[in-house]
Amino acid sequence: MTSLPALPTPKKLGLVIDLDVCVGCHACVVNCKEWNTGGYGAALSDQHPYGADVSGAWLNRVHSFEVVPEGGEIVGEAGEARIVHFPKSCLHCEDAPCVTVCPTGASYKRTEDGIVLVDEEKCIGCGLCAWSCPYGAREMDLAAGVMKKCTLCIDRIYNETLEELDRQPACVRTCPANARHFGDLGDPSSVVSMMVAARGGIDLMPEQGTRPVNKYLPPRPRKPLAASAGQMPKGEDTSGATGFFAWLDGMLDRI
Amino acid sequence: MHPASSIIVFTVLSGLGYGLAAFLGLGLLDPSAFATKVAYISALVLIAGGLLSSTLHLGNPRRAWRAFSQWRSSWLSREGVLSVLVFVPLAMSAWLCAMEGRYSAPIGIAGSLLSLATVFCTSMIYASLKSVQAWHTRLTSACYLLFSLAGGALLGSAFGVAGSGSASPLSFFALVLLISAWTVKIAWLRHLDSLKPLSTPESATGLGAVGRVRLFERPHVTENYLTSEMGFRVARKHAAKLRKFALLLGGLLPGALVFLVLAALLAGAEAGGAAILALMAASLSHIIGMLAERWLFFAEARHAVMNYYGG
Repeated sequence: MTSLPALPTPKKLGLVIDLDVCVGCHACVVNCKEWNTGGYGAALSDQHPYGADVSGAWLNRVHSFEVVPEGGEIVGEAGEARIVHFPKSCLHCEDAPCVTVCPTGASYKRTEDGIVLVDEEKCIGCGLCAWSCPYGAREMDLAAGVMKKCTLCIDRIYNETLEELDRQPACVRTCPANARHFGDLGDPSSVVSMMVAARGGIDLMPEQGTRPVNKYLPPRPRKPLAASAGQMPKGEDTSGATGFFAWLDGMLDRI
Repeated sequence: MHPASSIIVFTVLSGLGYGLAAFLGLGLLDPSAFATKVAYISALVLIAGGLLSSTLHLGNPRRAWRAFSQWRSSWLSREGVLSVLVFVPLAMSAWLCAMEGRYSAPIGIAGSLLSLATVFCTSMIYASLKSVQAWHTRLTSACYLLFSLAGGALLGSAFGVAGSGSASPLSFFALVLLISAWTVKIAWLRHLDSLKPLSTPESATGLGAVGRVRLFERPHVTENYLTSEMGFRVARKHAAKLRKFALLLGGLLPGALVFLVLAALLAGAEAGGAAILALMAASLSHIIGMLAERWLFFAEARHAVMNYYGG
């Protein structure tokens, strides 16, 4: 059924991604592909994997953006511009347009936990859901002819054969910087909800009206580089030298 | 957006077929004429050909029947349901005309209404997508409906003149509809040209509060499904020329031909082979113009996801 759940889902499972912490290592990207190519649904195929024009279906990708504050320099180490690494996967929207456009009922949002999934047995590979998603969260698997998307590792998070520590999405489990967090964003007392409240977590493209569940924590404000300049040790200044080094400084000056 | 040839051919051919069927359903052509029988068959062939073409872009076409199930929420599903339902009155009308040489108004009008409803559903597949701002306007549906009707009237008037041997009221409709369709299309193009992007790299990343956002590195060095499906850029280079080409072949030339034929016939000229040939040429020109128009419809539309890809 491709109508959205009539009532708000009791749980809103999702991710919180900390843009202040992400170092852009792509470990989440690789582990996502690794887990999901052998997990839920068809394998995540690659096309021409050893050719010049390699492509394939990935459920999580890391983009890197340059952010330039008002009046800031664009290029160079002395500039104010900063690089923000930006991991992006399905946001499991509450008003998911990808669900309602699906003609077959393959695309659906679970009423119990809000996870948006594709039933690959029903998918005809028309691609309309990918068109309707402003975030580019869905990619067609060109070998299987079905739409692939983040399942929030549904085959991990409820998997009782895994140790409790591992019952979280592969991207979250593997992140070496701890930039990705998984939890129930419908529960205001959950750790993820508290992080969002404390750090002013944001929705991506709120103007699209999709009400994403996943939240992004914006980078913390950064001091301008010039403000730190005064604290740098200066190679030319020897006025603070004492004892042997003061003597050596004086002797070398005289030579 | 990537202009998939299967979808372009589908929307142009089936649009023309539905437009022709809509006019045939009004009973303006003599059902006993041989040309009218050919017109009915042509409408069915155009519609069926378009529908078959549309299944070519599916990843799993053998499951296409499942697309009839979600008519409560999905415009694509509604289009699928109606495109099959409409065959009932259209096939009945075609049978009555071809085999018995008669016209039944209730069946005919049911076919006309369902034909237009199907074209409307096709247009809403695009118009309902908020992620593609150029399409997300009521003008999109108006363009699809008017172009379908204009093409149908044009082709129908060729069959009408051939069948009756005199001026057909459809020629007059064709002229009026071509003018209205292109007036609305030009308004649609103005709307496209004046769009202020709803989403920007700043809103897409949520980093607007920090500063101006520019893509530094794509996630992968090569193209992916998203960039090839939503990030098509070739056409924009020639957009201005193609727009003129579409207007010329899809509007001005067929409009001029149908006007000349209409004027000549009303002035008392004989409705001979030249008139039919001119109207057929006008229809063909309109189809070619529509292919260009539909190609631009996709190629010029920008998808919100390109905010993440620097496009």
